Amino acid sequence: MTRAPALTMSDLRKTYANGVVALKGIDLTVAQGDFFALLGRNGAGKSTVIGILCSLVNKTAGKVTVFDADIDHDFARAKSYLGVVPQEFNFSIFETPWQIVCNQAGYYGIGRAQAKRRAEKYLTQLGLWDKRNDITRALSGGMKRRLLIARALMHEPRLLILDEPTAGVDIEIRKSMWEYLTRINQSGVTIILTTHYLEEAESLCRHVAIIDRGELVENTATGELLEKLQMETYILDLAAPLAELPPDLRGRPGWRLKDSATLEVDMHKGGNVNQVFAELALRNITARGMRNKTNRLERLFLDMVNEGKA
Amino acid sequence: MNWAAMRTAYATIVRKEVTRFMRIWQQTLLPPVMTTSLYFVIFGNLIGPRIGAMEGHRYIDFIVPGLILMAVITNAYANVSSSFFSAKFQRSIEELQVSPTPNSIILLGYVSGGVVRGVLVGVIVAAVSSLFGQLSAHSYAVMASVIVLTALLFSLGGFLNGVFARTFDDISIVPNFILTPLTYLGGIFYSIKLLPEFWQGVSHINPILYMINAFRYGFLGITDIHLGVSYTLILLFTAGLFALNLKLLNDGYGIRE
Repeated sequence: MTRAPALTMSDLRKTYANGVVALKGIDLTVAQGDFFALLGRNGAGKSTVIGILCSLVNKTAGKVTVFDADIDHDFARAKSYLGVVPQEFNFSIFETPWQIVCNQAGYYGIGRAQAKRRAEKYLTQLGLWDKRNDITRALSGGMKRRLLIARALMHEPRLLILDEPTAGVDIEIRKSMWEYLTRINQSGVTIILTTHYLEEAESLCRHVAIIDRGELVENTATGELLEKLQMETYILDLAAPLAELPPDLRGRPGWRLKDSATLEVDMHKGGNVNQVFAELALRNITARGMRNKTNRLERLFLDMVNEGKA
Repeated sequence: MNWAAMRTAYATIVRKEVTRFMRIWQQTLLPPVMTTSLYFVIFGNLIGPRIGAMEGHRYIDFIVPGLILMAVITNAYANVSSSFFSAKFQRSIEELQVSPTPNSIILLGYVSGGVVRGVLVGVIVAAVSSLFGQLSAHSYAVMASVIVLTALLFSLGGFLNGVFARTFDDISIVPNFILTPLTYLGGIFYSIKLLPEFWQGVSHINPILYMINAFRYGFLGITDIHLGVSYTLILLFTAGLFALNLKLLNDGYGIRE
């Protein structure tokens, strides 16, 4: 038996009162249990999509179904399935984390006793238990981000929407949040993520959709999308300084000496990296390390939105 | 959402609202005590004896119900307007918007917070007024019903203000330039029978006149307005404001794009 999708959007449109057309007919399906990335530049329409799902934006046209609940006919049930981690901090700065998460549970009809148990569980899991009685104004940016996640989980939603959850968070906390979100997803919660850190989407998400100028320009498995990448750039850290490339390499397409210690080489997908090392060895040049210049998804993303593939 | 869940959501909003105004009691509960104490000292003890009796009662006894109700009106209104606007301003209103809590429960929750503060301030001011004179009670039922209904009505008014407000200035304009004049001209300090006939007629346009008179009836058993008329008007205004606020919430006015 096939399971109903976690989210279905059909011909979703939004035109704001000032005439700005934010969505031009989005069709999107997110399977249950998926970890789904929704990418796009600022102003592409991602937040409008999320706003419509969360009841913060009225749609102009189209149909949205969350699991088995159509938001036009049973928005209350649809909302009960959703947990939302917004981009901006949207809690009272005078309340404590404890008050915020317990109240949020109450808004979903969860009794006080159960709310307290869950508050302890999620505040502990997200490393906020010791800060539970501090006013949120005094929390660090990373703590506030984690509080948003704890709050969104209080009613144990089936679909978690994260709008740039790691914005402004240091790399250590970001990695721990990735691990936490992965565990949440593995427990069966469907996750939709928007992010500007494309390595985040690449490492976490199984499917990726790209919105540009209110239209969906890509919607596929992350792996399939990365297959489309034809060219990659590698950075080689040279063991000894090099004033210039040997004459026979100097004019070779895709080979560039960025500085005396760094060589960049563009390679077609499927190219043999060993061949690069062999060429360097022939000329007594040693590389002590190699890495991708850009995140692969980032490169594809920029290609798609900048080169008119939309 | 079933009834039990709605009850929980309602209780949560009310608890949050009460916690909010209790946390800042120096700003919410103390000032009305201070202000009304000054009224009692100046108008009751210093000027009152020179004015003499009003409608057969000592002047201080005459003004007590109006002063209590003024505190109730001001606080019920301010509680909801500032709380709802702050929630919009900080965007914490989104906590409720994304939840399945029905708009009617959101409205009732916020308004109940205003009613609790209004009635609490009313009780405190009444207690303070008892220090300055002998509080009499003609009808506890009228007193209790009028104080709750008035707090309810002005909480709804405060909510409407909070919905429309775009800046913090917007939530002080109505109390300063509409509510305060209407309250002062609503017969707190005088019986409208003292006014020329024309101004008596004009006073009848002021809805606060009906509440103050009904409340004064609860204390002293005297009123310039028939009690039935007062209740009818209060209930009509309450129903009208509730419906209007609910419509605005359902439309997402000021909170949804």
